[in-house]
Amino acid sequence: MSTVLLLLITGVGLGALYFLVASGLSLIYGLMGVLNFAHGSFLTLSGFLGWEVGRRVGDGTWLGLVVGMLVGLVAGALVAAITELVFIRRLYNRHIEQVLVTVGLGLASVALFEGIWGSDPIQISVPGWLRETTEILGSHIPNDRWLLIGAAVVVLALIVLFLQRTSYGLVIRAGVENRTMVTALGIDVRRAFTIVFAIGGAAAGLGGVLASVYFGTVSAHQGTSLLIYAFIVTVIGGLGSLSGAAIASVLVAVIQQFANYYWGIGDLAIVLALAVVVLVRPTGLMGKVKH
Amino acid sequence: MRSFLSSRWGKLAIGVVLVGFAAMLPLLNIHIPGVLPGPTYTPGALSVLAYAMLIAALALSYHLIFGVAGMLSFGHAMFFAAGAYGLGILLNLLAPSGMPPEAVFLVAIVLTLVVALVLGNLVGALALRVTGISFAMVTLAFAQAANVMIRRNTGDLTGGEEGVRLEASLVPEALVGVVNTRNLYWLALGILVLVYLACVWIERSRLGHVVAAARENELRVTVLGLRPYTVRLFVFGAAAVLAAVAGIGFMLLQSSATPRISTADFTLTLLVIVVLGGVGYRWGAIVGGIVYTILDQRLAELASSSWIAELPPVLHIPLSEPLFILGMLFVLVVMFAPGGIVGISHRLTKGRGGKKDAAEPAVLQDLEA
Repeated sequence: MSTVLLLLITGVGLGALYFLVASGLSLIYGLMGVLNFAHGSFLTLSGFLGWEVGRRVGDGTWLGLVVGMLVGLVAGALVAAITELVFIRRLYNRHIEQVLVTVGLGLASVALFEGIWGSDPIQISVPGWLRETTEILGSHIPNDRWLLIGAAVVVLALIVLFLQRTSYGLVIRAGVENRTMVTALGIDVRRAFTIVFAIGGAAAGLGGVLASVYFGTVSAHQGTSLLIYAFIVTVIGGLGSLSGAAIASVLVAVIQQFANYYWGIGDLAIVLALAVVVLVRPTGLMGKVKH
Repeated sequence: MRSFLSSRWGKLAIGVVLVGFAAMLPLLNIHIPGVLPGPTYTPGALSVLAYAMLIAALALSYHLIFGVAGMLSFGHAMFFAAGAYGLGILLNLLAPSGMPPEAVFLVAIVLTLVVALVLGNLVGALALRVTGISFAMVTLAFAQAANVMIRRNTGDLTGGEEGVRLEASLVPEALVGVVNTRNLYWLALGILVLVYLACVWIERSRLGHVVAAARENELRVTVLGLRPYTVRLFVFGAAAVLAAVAGIGFMLLQSSATPRISTADFTLTLLVIVVLGGVGYRWGAIVGGIVYTILDQRLAELASSSWIAELPPVLHIPLSEPLFILGMLFVLVVMFAPGGIVGISHRLTKGRGGKKDAAEPAVLQDLEA
């Protein structure tokens, strides 16, 4: 029983990390039809910047970590917004070319990170509490999972609040449903594009700092490897659906943890799950959007 | 003269001359400093050229999927790896069977192609149930699963990170060792020509026309009573087999296969090659493959040169990463020159009464719409 609980909670923790990456991906795809291959680079860059600033403020302290998280958040949002303004906007409505540009940016930026920070993972130090465990019903849960889950819940709540309660949120929701109609009503959807990119980048940036806490290292390839899981999550959840991304990230991570523990085939189990979803429900669990 | 060169026979003549010239290279002493590591008859230069040709052949097979059928697949590296690993593993498995080495070699090649065909049809049958971006994701997921299995040394066959080595005693002697690099070069050239001819045949066949039509307007093809799914699956399977052929050549040339050739990054490199060369042009894939491979090798050498190291860090860090330069070059091509290298050259010749069909390929326009 304690093993099952342990796997369940660590799975949800990993799912929280997936969600931070996948939420932005899914929103961006839903609104603009762009599959953002540079999303992993937002994550990696923020991870590095958060670590660089955080260790100067206070290496291994809570203050350092919180400052690092804030830096990651801001860096992710800024880089994503700049990417949208400089590269994506020029290729408006040419989806394949937009994907290709993000592919190129992803490849180039990872090479640049390797040049700056080296290709080997760098060990980081975090507050001592995060390396300890908490006992719940006889199972010892690593404390960093709570941080991940907490952050993901806050991000989810903030995004939902933004989408439901603000006028820009309204434009974005309407744009996901029917972009042509929103444009026809005289609303400039393009500003919403930049905002969605910034939000997705901020979530990924926070995810980058938290991923370095989770893995205990920062490396140039962290974003790329997480991105593939995030892609699987968005397809299973349904491209463009935020709630789908939330459910699918937890589902995928829990399946991965259990399959890894019992049979050692976590990655294959996910692909199998993806195959089943594609066969049974090609639009994903919650997907409606078709571009 | 120009009209002869752009006629059917003229093109054939150009092709024969080009292939003939490429076949003569190992016998010639041509030294192009900065492009090749040595004169063309040296094994070093020949192996670089052979590698470039195999990558060009692989890019051609990817052109079938992306350029002709308009399907954005992120799993093509899997089939290349299936060819390379398949040959290595099957040779190891069949070695104790007691058959003569020549028979083992042939059986291994045939079985590898069968495996690639089955794999391509299985993955294609599943992935083609969805279109557009979801298709890309499903192929990516399969390739990732294959990559994980190869890395994990599944069934003690794939050798994990070490990879699989080619069992040299079972390979015909003419294809083993540095002395025989020129034979491997000719083999690579042969594979490139074979893949090119297969591409021409598929593109010119009725099936090729249906696939191209389905790329342009799937609904209209369906209304005409044709089934895009079947023809797409055929093209996907054919491209998988052709990629495996290139993979077999790669295994023979490099004598080993590592998990690197099954990564998603490797497929992305193929995408970069096809787009750099020019989407929708067969020649684009070949030119892109050769230019990319040589650039990649040369830029790495450039990165370690002394004048780069003396530059301030702001300049020397980006310049010492070949993939950074290639990636940014790719972004520039996508944004400002959608036709790639071949597209640019067509545009240049068009002004002087050359090719008229220099319009950018329709494949780049809104695939999922």
